[in-house]
Formats: sequence, C-alpha cells, structure tokens
Amino acid sequence: MKKFALLFTLVLALVLSACAPKATPTPVATEPFRVAVVMPSAINDMAFSQSMYDALMRIQEEMGGPDNFEIVYSENMFVVDDAAAAIRDYATQGYDLVIAHGSQYGSSLQEIAPDFPETSFAWGTTAETFGQPNIFAYEAASQEGGYVNGVLAATLSKSATIGVVGPIEVGDAKLYVDGFKAGVASVNPEIVVNVNYIGSFSDVALASEAASTHLSAGADVLTGTAQMVVGAIGKAEEANALWFGTQSNQSSLAPKIVVASQVYHWEVALREMLSLIKSGTLGGKSFKANLANGGEVIEYNEGYALPAEAKTLADNTIKGIVDGTITITLP
Amino acid sequence: MISELFTTTVLIGILASGIRLATPYLYAAIGETFSQKSGVLNLGVEGQMLLGCFAAFYVALTTENLWLGLLAAMIVGALMGLAMAFVTVNLHAQQGISGIGFYLFGLGMSDLLFQKLLGTVETVKGFPEIYIPGLSDIPGIGEIFFRQNILVYGAFLLVPLAWFILNKTTLGLKIRAVGENPDAADSLGVSVARVRYFTIILGGTLSGLAGASLSIALLNVFQQNMTSGLGFIAVALVYFGAWKPGGVLAGALLFSIVNSLQLWIQVLGIPVPSDIAVMMPYVLTILVLVATVSRVRAPSALTKPFERED
Repeated sequence: MKKFALLFTLVLALVLSACAPKATPTPVATEPFRVAVVMPSAINDMAFSQSMYDALMRIQEEMGGPDNFEIVYSENMFVVDDAAAAIRDYATQGYDLVIAHGSQYGSSLQEIAPDFPETSFAWGTTAETFGQPNIFAYEAASQEGGYVNGVLAATLSKSATIGVVGPIEVGDAKLYVDGFKAGVASVNPEIVVNVNYIGSFSDVALASEAASTHLSAGADVLTGTAQMVVGAIGKAEEANALWFGTQSNQSSLAPKIVVASQVYHWEVALREMLSLIKSGTLGGKSFKANLANGGEVIEYNEGYALPAEAKTLADNTIKGIVDGTITITLP
Repeated sequence: MISELFTTTVLIGILASGIRLATPYLYAAIGETFSQKSGVLNLGVEGQMLLGCFAAFYVALTTENLWLGLLAAMIVGALMGLAMAFVTVNLHAQQGISGIGFYLFGLGMSDLLFQKLLGTVETVKGFPEIYIPGLSDIPGIGEIFFRQNILVYGAFLLVPLAWFILNKTTLGLKIRAVGENPDAADSLGVSVARVRYFTIILGGTLSGLAGASLSIALLNVFQQNMTSGLGFIAVALVYFGAWKPGGVLAGALLFSIVNSLQLWIQVLGIPVPSDIAVMMPYVLTILVLVATVSRVRAPSALTKPFERED
C-alpha cells in the first residue's frame, strides 16, 4: 500500500510537471520555414517574452501564414536546464531556426549549437555569438527608448520625483534604467530619480510595494521593466500617477495613466536573420534593435491626452537619437 | 542619508507596506500551522495559493462580485486540501513528495486556466481600503494599521483566533494530540484521519485565501506564477514561528518589514548595492532562526503517516 502511494504521487508529480510547458504544433503543408522559440516567461507576459512572440506572429503574417512559416514555442522556461533540453529537442527535430530568448540560456546554447551545424540558432539579448558560425545574437538598445521615456517623464512630473521599479541590476533592465535616468537629467538635472531593484523577475507583490514606496517618497511618475511590473502599474493607477512602459505596449493595463511604451520589434532583426539563413549563412552575426532601424518604437497611449509640446519634444528626441545629434552617456 | 530613514514618512511607509506584505504569509502560514500541528507537512501551499489567486481573480472579473471571488478561492483551496488529505491520510503517501506534486499541479493548472480563459494580463477592481472610523485618524498608527483592505484585517484577526482554537478548545487539543502521539489519541477514541482531513482542508482553504489576498485585494491582477515562492516562505515561517500562531506572526512581520525597509534603503539612495539589499530579509530571518530555534521541537508525528496497529 505504502509503495503504491509513493508510486502514485511520483507519477502524479511527473505527469503534472510535464503539463506545464506547452507547444502548439502547426500542420505542415508545403515545406514551410520552421521556427522554434524557448522563452523564460509566458507569451502574454506584457513584457519580454510577449515582445518576441508578437514579432514572430507579425513575420508569420508577412510570410503568408502558418503554411509558409511555422512557429512552435516553449514558454515559462525559467529553469535553464529545462530550456536547454527544449532547445536540443527542437534542434533534433530539424527546425530551421531555434531561438533561445533569454540571456540566461547562453552557456547551454554554446554547448548545444556545435552539435547541430545545419541548424541556425539565435540568442538574445546579447551581442555574443561565441564565434559560432550558426549562432545569431540579438539585443535591444533599450537605453534609447528609456531616454525618450525619461525626457517625457521629466516634462510631465510636477513633484520633481520619479520612481523606477527594476528586477535585477543587469543587462536589458539596467540599460533601460540608465537610459531613462539620462533622459530625465537632460531635461532637468534637479529631478530626483529613485530606483528600486527588487531582485526578482516574478515577484509581483514586491514590485507593487516598491511602487508604493516610490509614491510615498513623493513620486508622481513611475516606470519599470520586466514582467513583474504589472503589480506596480496597479499601484500607480490607484494613486493616479503616470506610467511609462517598456518591452511591450502596456497601455491596456491602465488606460488612463500609461503615457507611452517603448516596444521591441524583433521582426527587424528576425527578417535579416531569415534572409541570411535562406542564402546559407546560419549565424555569426549580431543584431541590435534601436530607434533608427525600427527595432524599437515608442508607442503612445491614445487614451492619454499628451500635451502637444511634450509630444513634439519626444519626437525631436527620437529624431536626435536617430540622426546622432543626441548621444546617450551611460554610467 | 541614513538619518532620512528615521523620518515619519519613511517609518510609516515601511511599516504600512510591511503589514501589507505580511498578509498572504499570515493566511498561508497559519493554515500550514494547523496541518503541521496535526502531523502533516503540506508543501503544496504555493500551488494552492496560485489556484486561489486565479479562482478569485477569474470569478471576481466575470461576476464583478469580489465576495464570490473570495468564496471561489476558498473552495478551490479546500478541494486541493481534500485531495492532499486523501493522498496522505488514506494512501499514506510520502508527504514531502506529494506536496511538491500538488505544487506543480497548482502551478501548471493555474497557468493553463489563465491561458484558456483569460489569455492576457488583465486588472480587476479589488477590495478597497477601509478606514476604521476614529482609529484611522490617529497620527502614524492610523495610517499603518487602520487604512488597509478587509483581507489585511482578516489576516491579523486570524492570529489570535488560531491561537485560541489550538490552545483553548477541545478541537485544538485533539489536533495537538494527533500531531504528538497519534496512537494515544487513537486509543482514546479520537479519529486521527478525521482530524487530519480537517486541518489539511482548513490549511488549503486559508492558502486559497492567501492567493485571493494577492489577486483581488493587494495587487488586483493575475499573472502566471505570481506567488513567486511566497508559499514556500510561508512553510518556512511555520518552523520559524515554532508552530505557534504568535511566532508565525512575528516571523511574517520581521520578514516583510525588513523587505520594505530594503525598498526604502534603495529609494533613499543609501549606498548599499541592490543585490545586498534584496538579500537582507532572508539573511536576517536565518540569523534569528539560528539564534532562537534550539529550544523548540517539531510535532513528534510530523510527516509520519498514521497506521493503526491491530
């Protein structure tokens, strides 16, 4: 009886854990281009993973649907070992391009890629291809959109205090926050920008309290990066403070207070990768999404009445960054 | 800059957010205290919380009735508890492993339901803050304690209630007896199975409430894996609190207040690297645990399935 019970629970645990990641295979007609992507959070996280999923969907539409461009994905791969297994699986199944969408997957990819010289891999966000002929790297110059958001935030803040909720002080998040601070300082160096890194990409409750802390400290404009900020946006809305988004368009979460979001359009990098792959180059190149190449776009929330002069200032800032008259100095 | 920590705004801010952060821990850890007192380690708290989060959010969103959401979270938590009770009490399953099974079930199931029923992150209007007449106007104290939402008040009222049930009622005596010496309790006519069913289901119900306190009172959103380890910290708090509701309260407050303190440390620009700051609540909790834990003893029958000897 005891043994049976133990077995039963073990089987239960196994079956249930196998349920978590999902993949949606699409039926094959004529030889489609096949892409697999492995992501650390959900495809609808309103942030990092969604930015890649949305981009792939747009490419699929351009290419004429799933018959020509097949997409499968594994989401919520926050355990790197699981992600590595998924990446290897997809490569074994002969996908044309396997995307490892998370900087934490790098060392796994470095091991896997040489075993599949015929498969093209893409890894982001990073500039590192490990010198492998079949790894593409992609990253976003998130400081650029951060800078534009910062300029707008400084213009709209009345209390001269701005709060930033960040996950961990590395990579994309750090770039965005540093760019944001530089943007604020370019308008008015007197404005205080308080930054809180909460040490987690998923702790929605702590992100929410981080936002409350900023509000108590007098902030009337907030921003934040990574998927746990959904908790912070709610606090901003309650206090009627303004919010600036990044990674995906976050307007729908709080239609009254989101001013603008920096949105990643990875399709710009993806398109180049696809044409390279078709001409036989499987990797060895790194791509950077920025405002100039359309890989980053500032999307305004139509529900928020942005004053015309602020809009003009933001547009001029974007122009300045694109033509190089504005250079962003990071610490 | 350090001196800025001791201004009234900051102190009030730290304590008020500490109280809010402690709320889900209290529900979950008090529930876990009941089940551990009766000898059952339930590691599935996190999964019960996640399903509670989702049930409360989804029902509140679709019916626009927060109380129905709350009820749904409690029912879902209770059902998870019922399943856990069946597996551990009737099938004598190893408690740690089955708990992890239930955690994974809750994680996967809440995610699946979210994908199928909602598909995107949405928000809901949650329980509002209730200003307690008179008390909420007391300077400082009022802002910290008496301007919170109803689930925060509930969590703090639960602590003395749990203490009373465990220590002053026959039911509490039975729970403790079953957790300390199930054979003796059984020979005196106490049904070990029935008591454990009760505590595990109660624990599940309270974990469901813990989830609801996040998704429809404090945060008012649902996102996959939004509990982010809270449920496991709640289990640790039961050990920290030496299986006493008061101890659990102390642990939950210590952990939460230090957590909100570190948020302020960063906001005030006190030069501590953020990586060190976010470690503070964990390090401090471990230090206190090391300093105090030697004197306490777990319920003797904890994790041991009960089999009647004929």
